[in-house]
Amino acid sequence: MAVVVELWCVAALLALAVLAVPLSRAHAGSPIVYGGALVLSLIGLGNAVAALAAPAGTLALPLGLPGTGAHFRLDGLSAVFLAIVHLCGASASLYAIGYGRHADAPGRVLPFFPAFLAAMSLVLLADDAYSFLFAWESMSLASWALVIADHRAAENRRAAYVYLVMASFGTFLLMLAFGLLAGTAGIYDFVGLRAHPPAALVGGVVLGLALLGAGSKAGLVPLHAWLPLAHPAAPSHVSALMSAGMTKVAVYGFLRIVFDLMGPPQWWWGIPVLAAGAASAALGVLYALMQSDIKRALAYSTIENIGIVFVGLGLALAFTANALPAAGALALTAALFHALNHALFKSLLFFGAGAVLGATGVRDMERMGGLIHGMPVTAFAMLIACAAISALPPLNGFVSEWLIFQAILISPELPAWGLKLLVPAAGALLALAAALAAACFVRLYGISFLGRPRGPQAAAAREVDRWQLGAMLALAGLCVLAGVLPGLVIDAMAPAVAALTGARMPPQAGVAWLSIIPVAESRSSYNGLLVLVFVAGSAALVAAAIHRFASRAVRRAPAWDCGFPNAGLRTQYTASSFAQPIRRVFGATVFSAREQIHMPPPGDLSPARFRLRLVDPAWDGLYLPLARAVWALSGRMNALQYLSIRRYLALVFGALVLLLLVLALWG
Amino acid sequence: MGSLVFDVAHLLAGGLVLLSLVMLYQDRLPALIRMFALQAVVLTLSVSWQAYAQGAPHLYVTAAIALAFKAIIIPIALQRIVVRLGLHREVETALSIGPTMVAGIALVALSMVVMLRVTAEADPLAREDLAFALSVVLLGLLMMVTRRNAVSQVVGFMSLENGLILAAAGAKGMPLVVEISVAFSVLVAFIVIGIFLFRIRERFDTVDSAALDRFREGQR
Repeated sequence: MAVVVELWCVAALLALAVLAVPLSRAHAGSPIVYGGALVLSLIGLGNAVAALAAPAGTLALPLGLPGTGAHFRLDGLSAVFLAIVHLCGASASLYAIGYGRHADAPGRVLPFFPAFLAAMSLVLLADDAYSFLFAWESMSLASWALVIADHRAAENRRAAYVYLVMASFGTFLLMLAFGLLAGTAGIYDFVGLRAHPPAALVGGVVLGLALLGAGSKAGLVPLHAWLPLAHPAAPSHVSALMSAGMTKVAVYGFLRIVFDLMGPPQWWWGIPVLAAGAASAALGVLYALMQSDIKRALAYSTIENIGIVFVGLGLALAFTANALPAAGALALTAALFHALNHALFKSLLFFGAGAVLGATGVRDMERMGGLIHGMPVTAFAMLIACAAISALPPLNGFVSEWLIFQAILISPELPAWGLKLLVPAAGALLALAAALAAACFVRLYGISFLGRPRGPQAAAAREVDRWQLGAMLALAGLCVLAGVLPGLVIDAMAPAVAALTGARMPPQAGVAWLSIIPVAESRSSYNGLLVLVFVAGSAALVAAAIHRFASRAVRRAPAWDCGFPNAGLRTQYTASSFAQPIRRVFGATVFSAREQIHMPPPGDLSPARFRLRLVDPAWDGLYLPLARAVWALSGRMNALQYLSIRRYLALVFGALVLLLLVLALWG
Repeated sequence: MGSLVFDVAHLLAGGLVLLSLVMLYQDRLPALIRMFALQAVVLTLSVSWQAYAQGAPHLYVTAAIALAFKAIIIPIALQRIVVRLGLHREVETALSIGPTMVAGIALVALSMVVMLRVTAEADPLAREDLAFALSVVLLGLLMMVTRRNAVSQVVGFMSLENGLILAAAGAKGMPLVVEISVAFSVLVAFIVIGIFLFRIRERFDTVDSAALDRFREGQR
């Protein structure tokens, strides 16, 4: 049975984590641990893919709370996310065989890496609230340990602290959500919860709690503050795993609670999800555009993509609640597809950033440039990832975003006016986010890989080893494959979607020429293969034409110029100058961006200075007031530590009398 | 006989509550201890009556324990402590008598309302017993909260325990073991608190628990 195999994989990963403690001191310990994680992830991946269409398998183990035991279940939805997580795990392990070889303190990473993988799988397998929350919290703790792996930098310690606070907050909210779902009957296994959907009001509260709890893990605005701090702080293969894998586990948590355990949705449930998703998509990519740290920019871009996924989920909720199950299936498929795509290209992007970091030692884009000369293979893989995340056809990012827009185009059929107006607004924000994402990744790629080196480190960059290149090229290949053959992915996800929405997209396997059709053939269709052939053909034609007519043509130019009219490296675009137009348009209001230019007076030879200040509104508007309130409250509560015995007794007495009064008045 | 059984049980339990209220406004320790002894005697009578009414001979053992320890041994010991510590002339209350009495009466009313409503289906004898027992417990707690002197806090604790025994006796089928263990734990608590009283006295020259607070303030 598939669920048994998955649980054995989890057990083996945990054993590997224990084994990694002594192994981390050995010279060959790191490749052994990562190799083991790679093999186990591949076994799990194969098993999960095989379980996609299989009926759900369950297993109860006598672990966990006495009386309830631990329940595990592997159904279509779990299988989809298990496949995504194992894919991320396998590629991160392969990458880390090369990348982890030069780690300063392998003992701080090696034991936690398999444990993190195991905890993520366990969340996806859990079939009762206790196991789910236990696995969720283990996942948070393991990833926290990885974030603080390099604990000497003060910013990493701060990132880990913020992450720990936010993770506890999210788990706390999820605990409340499960408590409400369990109700007075105290049912904690998912089978029982499914049979007893909550009342309308309780359902709304649970939706809010799940959105906040899972959203804080996934990085929805305004609960995203930990994500751009924590993801860059971890080693790059862990950043990839957190950004590509763990956020998907959070999406899974939301899906499991809202789509599976809460019964049929209310008509308005889609609204908060849509709003949160659209805001995250637009704000996330705007933040990403302002960053000059390459890993931070990627982390902010994760927020954008999670926003896109949540827009898809919100659409699916709105459609299924308003008796349009086929459209709901389309939106949910698009969301799941985008989750898979994001896992693919975000892993690849973080691997590329890690390769650049390893080769140059810098994370600041302002000091890179021209890396395509030293690292041609990395640059090629990164180019594919950047094109995919910018949603350019024929790559995979385009397919999922196109499907989401197809779902948005069905929105006029919705009966509720609020949704009819809101969905196109969300679509407009999504379109803005897609355009800004393209600008963001043109900037990221152009500044770091093209042009001329801005520093000696960038000039000295050399290609990374073959393990890292292998992982990157494999992911790049998968990006192309998922973009050219999207029908396979859509059909593979159909059982999971059908179980949650009660409908499925039209089967894509029989469609001619490997096209995909979201609703009906008469409405719209897309053929990735055709686009690939067209792009390849026209690009080849243009290249040949340029080569034929331009390269051989005789041109006259100044002597000793070599095509660069000005030799100064500083005359190139910088990361912040590239982002300036967009920053001027959006940044002044959204981030209260302030630019200060200090020009020396005439005759003074000191350089002119340009200072840029950006403020994340979530910090000023939400976190700092909250932190101050908690601080003030705990200051007040501190006095309770130093009461006399009589006062403590008086507190007990007062509480008792109060409860009796409640009983007397309402009992 | 039903009416007589009920009336006598009612009278004795009511007497316990009355004595609790009487204890609340004693501001001298020897008088407080005497009232406590009297309450223990009434408790003994009440438990014996329950034993007779329910035909449960083991409750006589409970009554005997209550009489021996709470009416005789503990009051005498407390009296000796008070005399040895020279506290028999002291007047102390944290809250003045008037508000304390008002609070006490309100607590009795509260426990009546709660208990009579909650135990609507129970046997009327047990109902009344439980309501009075809750009053005695609450009044004992009130005394522990309002008094500064450690000795009167001990007496408040003991009177709280009287309420518990009353409730236990009223509920049919309470095993003897439970009552004996409660009685012994009270005795042990008394001994421990007594030792502490002397230790506090040795160190701070007073048994006013405010002195302890001042000492802790100084440590901070």
